[in-house]
Amino acid sequence: MEVLVCVKRVPAPGAKVPLTDDQTEIDTRYLGHTIGPHEECAVEEAVRIVKAHGGSATVLAVGPAAADEQLRYAIAMGADRGVLVDVGDAELDPEATAAAISHAVGDTRYDLVLFGTESADASHYQVGIRVASALGVPIVGGIKGLELDTAVDDGAVSLRREVADGVEVYRLPLPAAAAVKEGLNLPRYPSMPGRLKAKKARIDVVPYTPEPGGLRKVRLRQPNDDREEAIVLGHGADAAPAVVDVLTQIGVIA
Amino acid sequence: MILTVLDDSPAALDVLAFAQSLGQPVEAVTFGGGDPDDLAKRGVSTLHRITSDELADYAPAASGEALLRLIEQVRPDGVLAVSSDRVTEAMAHAATLARLPLATNCVEVTTGDPWLLTRVRGGGMLLEEAELTADVALLTIAQGVSGEIGAGPVASCEVREFTPELTATQARVVERTSRGSGMTLATAPVIVSGGRGVGSADGYAVLEELAKRLGGVVGCSRVATNNGWRPHSDQVGLTGTKVTPELYLACGISGATQHWVGCMDSKVIMAVNTDPEAPLVRRANYAVIGDVHEVLPAIVKEIDSRSKT
Ligand SMILES: Cc1cc2nc3c(=O)[nH]c(=O)nc-3n(C[C@H](O)[C@H](O)[C@H](O)COP(=O)(O)OP(=O)(O)OC[C@H]3O[C@@H](n4cnc5c(N)ncnc54)[C@H](O)[C@@H]3O)c2cc1C
Ligand SMILES: Nc1ncnc2c1ncn2[C@@H]1O[C@H](COP(=O)(O)O)[C@@H](O)[C@H]1O
Repeated sequence: MEVLVCVKRVPAPGAKVPLTDDQTEIDTRYLGHTIGPHEECAVEEAVRIVKAHGGSATVLAVGPAAADEQLRYAIAMGADRGVLVDVGDAELDPEATAAAISHAVGDTRYDLVLFGTESADASHYQVGIRVASALGVPIVGGIKGLELDTAVDDGAVSLRREVADGVEVYRLPLPAAAAVKEGLNLPRYPSMPGRLKAKKARIDVVPYTPEPGGLRKVRLRQPNDDREEAIVLGHGADAAPAVVDVLTQIGVIA
Repeated sequence: MILTVLDDSPAALDVLAFAQSLGQPVEAVTFGGGDPDDLAKRGVSTLHRITSDELADYAPAASGEALLRLIEQVRPDGVLAVSSDRVTEAMAHAATLARLPLATNCVEVTTGDPWLLTRVRGGGMLLEEAELTADVALLTIAQGVSGEIGAGPVASCEVREFTPELTATQARVVERTSRGSGMTLATAPVIVSGGRGVGSADGYAVLEELAKRLGGVVGCSRVATNNGWRPHSDQVGLTGTKVTPELYLACGISGATQHWVGCMDSKVIMAVNTDPEAPLVRRANYAVIGDVHEVLPAIVKEIDSRSKT
C-alpha cells in the first residue's frame, strides 16, 4: 500500500495571534511552526496502514525550504520519506498549491492520498479536492473513520464521516483520496528512535515555480474583541453561593 | 446576477439577505428543497432546483458537477453559497472542474474586478482581506453574516427543475445511520468543559455531576483529548465542535485562540481557573479564581442544599 500524505507548514499560534508589522503574516518569532491537527491524524493513519498492510508512507509539503522541519516531524512519527516542493516563502492560493502538489506527484502511483479537511492557517477547504481531481481519483472530505479492504481486486476503502443528522459511509475503489479530520485517531508523539531516523532521512526537494491563482491575500487583520472584562465572583470554594446565584439568574437552574 | 446556493438551514436565509445587500438581482439554487412561496416573499423570482437520481445517495463530485452545469447555463456574475460542509464540498468540486478560484468563509464582499473579500481563517482566529479575480466569483459565506433584504416581495417565485447529466458519481454514500436523540455538544443548553487543569480522566467526575444538575453535557479542550482523558467527540474548538450553549462553564482551560473560537458564541461564559490572567478568565462574563477540585464540589453542594429547601 503506497500512501501519500500532504502536510502544510503552519504557524503554531497560542493564546494570541500576533501579526508581522506589514500585517501579511502571522509573526512566528516566538511561536514556531507545526502541522495542523487534521494532518497529524492523516500522518498517523498512513503509518498505521503501512504497518498493517505493508508498503510505504510518503509525506509531501509545498512551502519554503524550512518545511523540512515538518516533514522530518512526520517521518519521526513513522512516515518513510519526505518530498519538499520548494516554492519559497510566499503564501500560495489553493489552485497554485494543488498544482504544485500534482506536479510533484507526477506519474507516481499512490493507492491512497490523504489530506487534512482544512489547512490550520488558511482554511480553504479545497486543496485535497483539486489534487484528487488532477490525479483522477475520487475523494471525500471530513473523514473520521477509514477502513481498507484489500480482499477485493485492486482494493477499496470505506470512509466514514459525521454529518448533521448522523453518519454516512462511502466506499471508494483504490486509488482514492480522503481529507480527514481530527478525531480519526490519536496521533502518537515521535519516539526517540523515530527522531533519530528522521534526522537522517532523505527528503527529496522538488524546485517549482508556481503560477499565481485567482485568489490573492492582501492582508490579515485581528477580529475585534469587544468583550468586557469578566466579573470575578470570588475565590475558591467561597465563590459557590455567588456562582449559584448567577446560574439561577441566567435560568440554568430552575 | 448573483446565484445563491441554499440549503434548509436558517443560515441559508442570512446568505440570501447578504447576497441581496450587494445590489444585484439574486436567484437561488438548491439540491432539491427550497420553498418558492417563502422565497417570493424575500424577493427571489427564480429558484433552480437541481434534481437527479445520481444525487440521491449524496455524491460530492457529482453535486459539484451539477452545480457547475447550472452556473454555465445561467451565467451569474457571482455564486454565494452557504458554508455547510456539504455545500462547501460541492462548491470546491465545482470550482475544481471549472478551473476557477474559490474563496471560502467570506464575511465581507464587494463586487467588482477584482472582487474584494474578507474571509475568516481558523474558524475566527484571523480575518484575511483578499482579492478574487475570476470570470465567475465563487464564494462560500461564513455563518453569522447578515444583510438587509435588498428586494421587496415579488408576486411569485418560478421553480425551474434542473437535471444535468452527471459523470462524476464514483464517490457516493453506501450506508447511512442517523443520530440517536441524545443531547450532544452542539445541542446542549449547558456545557461544563474541562481542560488540563482538571488533571486526570477521573477528575471529570465532578464535571459530570455538575453537568447533570444543570441539564447539560461535559466538554473538553484538546489537551484533555490528546491525553486520552476524554473522547474527541467532547472537544470544543477549532478542530472540535463549535458550540453555542446558554452557559459555557470552562474549568481549568486557558483559552487558547483555537479553543476560544469554538465557545465564543456561547450566551454566557464562566471560567474557573487558578490563574486570574488566563485569557479565558479575562474574556469570560464571569470568573471564579481557584482550583477546579475545590470550586466545583462546592457549587454542586450549594445547588443540592438550595434544592432541598
Ligand atoms: C491548529 C490547532 C487547532 C487546535 N484546535 C483546538 C481545539 O479544537 N480545541 C482546543 O481546546 N484546543 C485546540 N488547540 C490547542 C490549543 O492551542 C491549546 O493548546 C489548548 O486549547 C489548551 O488546552 P487547555 O486550556 O486545557 O490547557 P492549558 O493551555 O495548559 O491550560 C490549562 C489551564 O488550566 C489552569 N489550571 C491548572 N490547574 C488548575 C486547577 N487545579 N484548577 C483550575 N485551573 C487550573 C491553568 O491556569 C491554565 O489556564 C489547537 C491548536 C492548534 C495549533
Ligand atoms: N502547502 C501545502 N503543502 C502540502 N499540503 C497542503 C498545503 N496546503 C494545503 N495542503 C493540504 O490540503 C489540505 C486542505 O488545505 P486547504 O484547502 O488550504 O484548507 C491540508 O490539510 C493539507 O493536507
